Amino acid sequence: MEQKVSNNNSFMGYTRSDLTNFLIAMILSFVAIPLVVQTDYWYSSILIPWLCLALAAIGQQIVMGYAGQLALGAAGFMAAGAFACFNLILRVPDIPFFVALGLSGLVAAAFGILFGLPSLRVRGIYLMVATLASQFFIVWMIDKFGWFKNYDTSGIITAQDIVILGKPFTSPLEMYLVILVVVTVLTILAVNMARGSTGRNWMAVRDMDIAAESMGISLLKTKLQAFAICAFYCGVAGALFAFTYLKSLEPVAFDIKLSFKILFMVILGGLGTISGAFIGAAFILLFPVLLNSVGNNVFHGAIDATIISSIEQVVFGVLIIVFMIYEPLGMAKLWGNIKQRFSRNK
Amino acid sequence: MTIDRNFPIGEPVLEVKNISLRFGGVKAITDSSFSVLKHEIKAIIGPNGAGKSSLLNCINGIYQPQEGSIAFKGEVLEKITPNLIAQKGISRTFQNLALFKRMSVLDNILVGRRLHMNSNFMQVAFQLPKARAEEKENLIKCEEIVDFLEIADIKNTPVGKLPYGLQKKVELGRALATEADFLMLDEPMAGMNVEEKREMCRFILKVNDELGTTMVLIEHDMGVVMDISDNVVVLDYGKIIADGPPDEVRANQEVIDAYLGVSHD
Ligand SMILES: Nc1ncnc2c1ncn2[C@@H]1O[C@H](COP(=O)(O)OP(=O)(O)OP(=O)(O)O)[C@@H](O)[C@H]1O
Ligand SMILES: [Mg+2]
Repeated sequence: MEQKVSNNNSFMGYTRSDLTNFLIAMILSFVAIPLVVQTDYWYSSILIPWLCLALAAIGQQIVMGYAGQLALGAAGFMAAGAFACFNLILRVPDIPFFVALGLSGLVAAAFGILFGLPSLRVRGIYLMVATLASQFFIVWMIDKFGWFKNYDTSGIITAQDIVILGKPFTSPLEMYLVILVVVTVLTILAVNMARGSTGRNWMAVRDMDIAAESMGISLLKTKLQAFAICAFYCGVAGALFAFTYLKSLEPVAFDIKLSFKILFMVILGGLGTISGAFIGAAFILLFPVLLNSVGNNVFHGAIDATIISSIEQVVFGVLIIVFMIYEPLGMAKLWGNIKQRFSRNK
Repeated sequence: MTIDRNFPIGEPVLEVKNISLRFGGVKAITDSSFSVLKHEIKAIIGPNGAGKSSLLNCINGIYQPQEGSIAFKGEVLEKITPNLIAQKGISRTFQNLALFKRMSVLDNILVGRRLHMNSNFMQVAFQLPKARAEEKENLIKCEEIVDFLEIADIKNTPVGKLPYGLQKKVELGRALATEADFLMLDEPMAGMNVEEKREMCRFILKVNDELGTTMVLIEHDMGVVMDISDNVVVLDYGKIIADGPPDEVRANQEVIDAYLGVSHD
């Protein structure tokens, strides 16, 4: 039996196919993309927002896909992280960027615990409504107290440059690499938690809370932990989003629409898989781009832009319903099925 | 019978005293007392709706009885919660299957090891040696349980996809994984065919014999009850009407009227 166990775990609990996938992803993202992709557009309009939102989607995945808590308020936690990062860099002299980023995540995590408290009493749609409070409260608080915006009245605050060890990271490629490092590290940690005892506790609470409790899992601790970690991921994602994509800090950027977007990423990508966060984020981001270019190139602008954006919403709506009914495990599962079919044909 | 047992029946470990439980106007349990002896297999029987499951749920802390007290290993338990009970070393299965449906068989059983795993989420996230060693150790324990229950072939299947009988087995496995010395099984053989029931009885007897685990089980099949239990409690309309060895209970006129007389078999 000893052998059986050690056979599956070729290195630190990862299987061989995990390691090859990881290696391919690393080579693609760290080497191939920087070598091949030269246009700034790809970095600043696609890759950077994709990674940022995928990170937030991992947070949403943890609380919703793994712990089964229907929370809606990811953008609120992102706002908390973004403004925490802004203030830390502004007010703490010489704070290293990654330290500020980590602390921003922790600030968001504190909000996560606070706004996760309703999950101890209510569930489902009621919890969704209760967690919406976080969305409104955080954005309201930032707007209300001038201190958070450093008493800026223009409404738009420019984000500081990212400086690491004295070197500024300001070009799209440089910023992409910074985000990539953060996302890689946090993804590995998320995968480890999801596969380990931490993730099992979350899923047990999700699937059958009363049995989980009878096995000695504390519902209080487990739910709040999931909320805190979710908010941490969203907070870091929010800070990166503001500093690299928006390049400014405005509470309105973190509105309820963004929360819904992240929710849809998780549903379409597949609940309860980390890869689903990436797939879902890619789809939600790329689909409108694709639709627009089809509109422009195939129909040569014959279709009005407003129609295209309504088509987009209709398609999202239909897809979400279809996935909820037929494939709750989302695109990640579909992808798995396709891979399985191919390997069987071989 | 007690002579050739590895773990002879001992003193009372669980003492339920004058429990009453009401749901609004419905009296589920009325002033009931009984005790469970160390290392015994105790069956709880009674017609549908008699209050058997409610009784387990009171011991387990899912329901809070309005009156009465419950003592485990000589200590009266105040403010009982499922969590506290798990920590005291009582584990259970549920009548309507309470498995983690989307998780694999092995993962379900691993959740049973919860109280044997102390790594926090940071140690797990960073895969520190402590977390890895603990995971491996507990995985080995769970593989043993999987082998014992003869379900190794389905260990990676999500439990929601398994037939009912196998799910019941997985639930037993999860309860066994806790290594609790007191197990409560709510109709572990419901919906099983004769062969599956026989197999389940074998597992229950083996666990009791080899580990000395005290068992409380609710069962409708009188044949099974007479075969494997040391003592039987009979409930009817929330009241205990008999408590004793199977033969004695079977001969009790009140029991015959209330339960055996009815078409229950
Ligand atoms: N959560 C609850 N709310 C209201 N009434 C309940 C609840 N749980 C049980 N009851 C009632 O308490 C009584 C006892 O139910 P219980 O489930 O304990 O019976 P049982 O002996 O386990 O029956 P069965 O053999 O059908 O499992 C029944 O009348 C039932 O309707
Ligand atoms: Mg019952």
